Parts: sequence; C-alpha cells; structure tokens
Amino acid sequence: MVSALFPLIVTRAETRRGGKVLVGPVDLTLEGAGCTVVIGPNGAGKTSLLRLLHGIARCHAGRIEWQVDAAAARRAQSFVFQRPVMLRRSVAQNLAYPLAIRHTPRAEIAARVARWAEAVGLTAMLDRPAPVLSGGEQQKLALARALITEPELVFLDEPCASLDGRATREIEAILTRVAAAGTRLILTTHDMGQARRLADHVVFLHAGRVFETASAARFFDAPATPEARAFLKGDIVE
Amino acid sequence: MIDLWDGVVQALRLVAGLDATLTDIALRSLQVTLSALGIACLIAFPLAALLAVRRFRWRRTVIAVLNALMGLPPVVVGLVVYVLLSRSGPFGVLGLLFTPTAMIIAQVIIIVPLIASIAHQSLRDLWHDYHDLLISMNVTQGQKLRTLMWDARRALLTAALAGFGRGIGEVGAIMIVGGNIDNATRVMTTAIALETGRGDFALALALGFILIVMTVAINLAVHTLGRTEREGRW
Repeated sequence: MVSALFPLIVTRAETRRGGKVLVGPVDLTLEGAGCTVVIGPNGAGKTSLLRLLHGIARCHAGRIEWQVDAAAARRAQSFVFQRPVMLRRSVAQNLAYPLAIRHTPRAEIAARVARWAEAVGLTAMLDRPAPVLSGGEQQKLALARALITEPELVFLDEPCASLDGRATREIEAILTRVAAAGTRLILTTHDMGQARRLADHVVFLHAGRVFETASAARFFDAPATPEARAFLKGDIVE
Repeated sequence: MIDLWDGVVQALRLVAGLDATLTDIALRSLQVTLSALGIACLIAFPLAALLAVRRFRWRRTVIAVLNALMGLPPVVVGLVVYVLLSRSGPFGVLGLLFTPTAMIIAQVIIIVPLIASIAHQSLRDLWHDYHDLLISMNVTQGQKLRTLMWDARRALLTAALAGFGRGIGEVGAIMIVGGNIDNATRVMTTAIALETGRGDFALALALGFILIVMTVAINLAVHTLGRTEREGRW
C-alpha cells in the first residue's frame, strides 16, 4: 500500500533556533512505501529533521510539500519521541486520548484500546498509571498510542534508545508488522544493526545536511560519499 | 494561659451544644468562602492554563502582575469594593453592600491571583512536558487547556486549598464590605474580631479554635476525596 501523502518533496527546507540553523538546507524526496531510516553522527540534525518534516519545528526557509493539504497531512501522521511522553493518566486513557480528541465514538475507542493494548502486550496494565511503567513499557505504550489512530505515516525518533535487547526486539517486531501492513515509517537511530534490520531506504545526514539518500542495500554495500563510508566504518566524521 | 484553656473548654461546649449562633456563623463562613472559591477557580484555572500555553506580547507582564497581586492587601480590596458598591458608586444601584454577595466579590478578588499564580507554576511545568506531544497530535487550543487542567488536577486542588485558606481566614475586606451584621453578614473571622474587641477572649478563642478545626477538616476531607497520596506518583 502506498500512502496518499507521498511523494514528500522537501526543497531547501531549513529550521533554526536562536538564529542557529539546526538542520538545512535540506533537499529530499521520499516515496510512499516502506521504512526510511535517518542516520548520521551525533548532532547531525536527525531529530531536528524529523521535527521539521512533522511540523513540530517551524520551517524557516524552503518548502515541505505533501500530496494533500497541510492539515490533512498532519492528521495522517503521528510521532514517537525518543523519551516517551506519558500523559498523567492510566495506560487505557493514554491509548484512548488521540481517539477522544478526534471525537471517535466510545465503543470504537474501547475496541481499539483493547486491540492495541494486546498488540503491544499491555493488556494486564490498562488500569495502571502510565508514568510508573518501565522505560520499555512506556515506549511500547507510546508506539501503540501513535498507531491507534491508524496513521499513514509514523515518525520515530530513536524509538529504542536506552532500551534493553528484549524491549528493542519487541518494538522492532511491532514496527516490522505495521510497516508490512502499509504504514510508512521514518525513523532515526544510532544503532546500525537496527538500521540494517529495518531500513528499506536510508537518509545519511551530516552537519545538518543530507549527504546521501539510497536504498538500504546500496547504502550499506557501497556508500557513495566519503562521509558515509567513514561513518559506516566507525570513523569520526568531520 | 487560663484564657487559652477557657477558650478550648468553651469551644467544646459550643460545639457539643450545637449552639445556634455558632452554627449560623460557621455555615455563613463556609457559604461565603466556598462560593468565592468556586467562582475564583472558574476564573483562575483557565487563566493559568492560558498563560502557560499561549505566547502573547504582554504575557510576562501579566504573570508578574498576577504574582504581585498575591500580596494584595485585603483592606484595600475591601475599600475599593466598598466604593464600587456604595450607594454613590457605579454599582450602588445593585444594593449589594453589606450582603454576603459583596463579601464573596471581595474574596474572589483577593484569592484569584493566589490560585492563578500557584496553578500557573504547575501548568507551566506540565505544558513543558506535554508541548511536543500535544502539538504532534494536532490538539485544539481548547483541548490543550482541558488536558492540562485535567492532568494537573491534583496540583490545582492544592492551589484551590491555598485559596480556601486565604479566603476563610480573611477579615479586613469582608469586615468593610459585609459590615459584620448579626444574622446577616457575620462570619467566623469578623465574629472573632468583634469578641476580641468586647474583651470576651474566651469566646473569641473558642471561635478561633473552631475555625482552625473546620479549615483542617475541610483540607483533610478534600485530600482524602481527591486521593492525592494515592494512584501513582503524580
């Protein structure tokens, strides 16, 4: 399934904070299927790029063009943050929240909450306060909350950072399932193993600019730029 | 020391005998303060949430003024309300002076800045945590305010209790605008002031003890009903 939002065309887009350019100018075209992994060294601007594309960060220059109007594009997206933000409510209420603000009927909310709680293994914790869950459970809840509205596109900012191997495997299994079901994923990661496991396409970012975009197979086998080659070898990229 | 002991004994006697005057004064105190508190919360909570969420030109100034108004002298508030409600004042035609309504108005003016300032601190911190999530979920301004106020409900309860404490213990403003009229506008604090002036320290102390017990009991009841020490860590 190909999302109607795509192709996403980014032209000379740039976001700044306090006069400093965080990322950009970025030129990028993303097609509507699969999983794109944004990689790059620390401070390359991966998080800022995701925030810029999603609209949390302001686009100070250039253009970000979806194939539908901006409001419809925003409604069809969701975002999973590196540090999961838990509403001070129960697990069930956290899951229900994105549906409630869209005025989804109560019966529908209850059914979807039950389905997604089961999908991420949180059924037994539905009545527990979300902020007291473990880091892995919180990230699974954040993921389920992002997916419960059935978005066409999900941005994930280092979704497995600081999680142990088991929690990472569970999160990756969910991501693989939803990507197979047709949800478009754009995620950042530091973990090259995870990038190889999940990526269909790779965007290599360095110093706030896109240095390379390629299919995962091509990027990992034969990176085109010296910076990407150095990064994959584990060298310090300057 | 004897006065203090006499006060305790007389307080117990008044409570045990369900003294009609005492009951009347205590109920009026609660009626005035709880009414003022309800109105103040309806004003202060959305105002605090709006100040946490919205960015506008004079926002910092409004917050600074609100914080400064926490120390508003009640006697001055009473005087201003008196002038506004007096027969020759702009609202004199309403005939509210020396009524419980005038006392409620004065208390609302006194406790709104206090409740709004305390609530704003909590809501601002919560908004800092929620900002990116709620923006990414495309919530409307109204939904943002409701979400913040609901999720910070325990902190808002604390702000409301602070407002209740200030209101129930207030004497200067309500003495001026209420007039301390027996069976009409006399409340616990004005009654204490009156009995002290008359030299009946035992009765004044008795009323004081009852006021303290009443305030503590209401705080405990609200905390218990609000389950502030249970349900996780917030």
